Amino acid sequence: MTLKTEHFALNLGPVHPSTHGVFRLIATLDGEVIVDIEPVVGYLHRGIEKLAEGRTYKENIPFTDRLDYLAAMSNNLVYAMAVEKLAEIPVPERAEYLRVIMAELQRIASHLVGIGAFIQDLGAFGTPILYMWREREKILDLFDMVCGQRLHYNYMRFGGVSHDIPDEFLPALAKFVDRMPGFIDEYDQLLSENEIVLVRSKGVGILPKDLAINASTSGPVLRASGVKWDIRRADPYSIYNRFEFDIPICTGGDSYDRYWIRMKEMRQSIRIIKQAMEQLPKGKVLNKAPLRLRPPAGEVYTRIESPRGELGFYLVSDNSERPYRFHIRAPALINLTALRQMLIGWKLADAIIVFGSIDIVLGEVDR
Amino acid sequence: MTVAISGEDLAVKLEAQFPASIVKSSPDSLTVKSEFLLQVAWHLKATPELGFDYLTSITAVDYGNYFELVYHLMSLEHNHILVLKTHCYGRDEPVAPSLVSLWQGADFQEREVYDLMGIRFDGHPNMKRLLLWDGFQGHPLRKDYSNDT
Amino acid sequence: MIMFNPNSFGHLAALPPDWPGNFWLHLMAFTVIILAFVLITAIIFIWLERRGLGRLQIRLGPNRAGPFGLLQPLADVLKLLIKEDTVPTKADKLVFWLAPIVALAPVLMLFAVIPFQSGALLADLNIGILYVLAISSLASVGVFMAGWASNNKYSLIGAMRDVAMLISYEIPIVISIVGVILITGSLSLTEIVGAQESIPFILLQPLGFLIFFLGSLAESNRTPFDLVEADSEIVAGYHIEYSGMKYGTLMLTEYAEIIAISALVTTLFLGGWQGPLLPPILWFFIKVAAVFLLSVWIRGTIPRLRIDQVMAFAWKFLLPLALINLLVTSLQVVLWPEASLWLIVFLNLTVMAILILSWSRFFRLGGERIEV
Repeated sequence: MTLKTEHFALNLGPVHPSTHGVFRLIATLDGEVIVDIEPVVGYLHRGIEKLAEGRTYKENIPFTDRLDYLAAMSNNLVYAMAVEKLAEIPVPERAEYLRVIMAELQRIASHLVGIGAFIQDLGAFGTPILYMWREREKILDLFDMVCGQRLHYNYMRFGGVSHDIPDEFLPALAKFVDRMPGFIDEYDQLLSENEIVLVRSKGVGILPKDLAINASTSGPVLRASGVKWDIRRADPYSIYNRFEFDIPICTGGDSYDRYWIRMKEMRQSIRIIKQAMEQLPKGKVLNKAPLRLRPPAGEVYTRIESPRGELGFYLVSDNSERPYRFHIRAPALINLTALRQMLIGWKLADAIIVFGSIDIVLGEVDR
Repeated sequence: MTVAISGEDLAVKLEAQFPASIVKSSPDSLTVKSEFLLQVAWHLKATPELGFDYLTSITAVDYGNYFELVYHLMSLEHNHILVLKTHCYGRDEPVAPSLVSLWQGADFQEREVYDLMGIRFDGHPNMKRLLLWDGFQGHPLRKDYSNDT
Repeated sequence: MIMFNPNSFGHLAALPPDWPGNFWLHLMAFTVIILAFVLITAIIFIWLERRGLGRLQIRLGPNRAGPFGLLQPLADVLKLLIKEDTVPTKADKLVFWLAPIVALAPVLMLFAVIPFQSGALLADLNIGILYVLAISSLASVGVFMAGWASNNKYSLIGAMRDVAMLISYEIPIVISIVGVILITGSLSLTEIVGAQESIPFILLQPLGFLIFFLGSLAESNRTPFDLVEADSEIVAGYHIEYSGMKYGTLMLTEYAEIIAISALVTTLFLGGWQGPLLPPILWFFIKVAAVFLLSVWIRGTIPRLRIDQVMAFAWKFLLPLALINLLVTSLQVVLWPEASLWLIVFLNLTVMAILILSWSRFFRLGGERIEV
């Protein structure tokens, strides 16, 4: 006698402790096994692209902070680079080095949150994430020293950065960079060989290489699937071609690899910061652009390697002081494209793990 | 260093394959007619020397008379990038072919373009709004959208 | 191996005293005392857990309500008492109302047979262990009632997981205790404590202790088995829709259960109330607190398992090990009753080490992707 079962739809609703924001996942379940999944986004849509068309270029810089609010320096950077390319504004050397230092510090901070939230979703009730936030506090204190803000920095300007670093910044940064590898070793020791982490995330939610390329994934998710593609190496922007760093890749494409890649990237970021600190020249930090900048008519697509993936800005200018089109290529949204194929056949508990390992930020997904 | 493929060079190569498909070519970009978009894209993906296996981004711009769809295509192996454009006419129901069958990455991005600009994509498996809710009227990113309507 | 003569323990049997109204008054008085004990211990242990978890997570834990946050649990109880008691519209009202009571009652009944001091317990049943095992299975009924009556898919999933887990972990727990029973020769808890005069059973039955402890962690839904109320997946599981004192009762059930388990572990493996210098009741409390802190430590350290991994752990790892432990113990009791205790300790520890190391090599926890 066959048992009659029926699938039921479960709403992992917008308000949920583990959806990293307001993200809705409508899962059709057969017992605990996921049969179908449909992501619903848009709960944090603020219309940034439309709002930006009504403001001058400089007034749009704070908007970019609020996109991916966990990696605001990267957003500032790519927008500043895009407008500088459009209006052909040169950037002084010292500003370039400062930008790299800030961007890499931001990468470490963002990965700390990403890994911490991932382990929190695994169920380790708070211990790993709080340990990582202890380090993140130090990074936020560094940012506070430079620009007075801990989350929405508004630091980069067209033609450089807004403030030079104070005197106490470099010693504090040196102290942080000295001690951080020890802390990463501590997390490694606690988490990477942990039986339960391994058994919950190894082999779970595999993203094969072909699908990863076809679904336009980027960032750590793409590198975890075996594609050696990092924009800092493939299409170097700013002064990244002066630094030596490795691009870690993993071949499995499962959730554990995505976690592992982020740990390794943190170490490489520290390497870059050390080199940038040594080579930091003296000089001014800003080639001041006019307040109401009128770039010549044209379009530009600039991209950087943000902690989530390839963050790109497509700007169209019609020689007025407001952008004609302000489009953001959001890596978090596009990394979600293959979510359905990654999740079907796994259990409900795995959905949260896989979703957490992609590490999205809703501000960027919804804009 | 990523090489930006010149639209003019590519236009010369494509004229032979797809006559009368090119609308405009410049060093920065290549514009084709929307009827030929799917075939040109397939050709760009399948040809080994071009090998555009990665769709970086899809955007739409509202120029008043027409909508311009901008595709940034990339090849990971050859490390080159191309800007492919097409125009859609008509304000009420502009239509363009969907590229989901070639690159799955087009899925969410085309839904977003439909949501915010109103361009329908033929052949998309799930043509629904993405960021706004299902009953929303209008397409906000258009230049003639106003909150009062 | 020492065999214990049940007749020598006549003085430990708790005879009803010569009170006016005798048996029933004694029963009611001590029921109230035990209830008070459970509630007060629960409050202390809640404080211990929150501060302990806080220190493990490099933060302070509650420190506002009273010095060192000592009044925090009291504040929580007050808050829960005055909160609105919401009932979902489509919920099964009677079952919804009954579920916390049905969940709490068996756990409280567990304390009736635990010896707090020589001669101090509510009912000296000579089938003490059997009573404990039978009653502890009833707690899952309350949980399932709560999950079903809430009319909420999340609670249903949580309740289903809970029932599956509880049924699976009963068997290894029962079998692991049989080793202790064999050594003692009796099911009565007072005699088991008495049999540990010379050496606590944790040394004689290390594998039994491990299996019992892990199985009980699963029974009481503590990390790493807290997927029943997994915050990050099913948002609090079976007690999603509960608020106010009903929620307080369910939380109390959880803490009372872990206290009961700590008390059981103390009685069965750590020697109960025995110990030098300090009064026995204090020793009992210290041992219970130590076991509880061990479970808090585990909670603060490791992530949680998935349901199919939890079941695999019970059926494929704990159960075979429990059976082998039973086999080894029975062979020792039958063939070597006069052997030196420390030799048996050494033998059992070696057997445990070999078993765990070799079994974990062959044991796979993972569930694979299912073709849909």
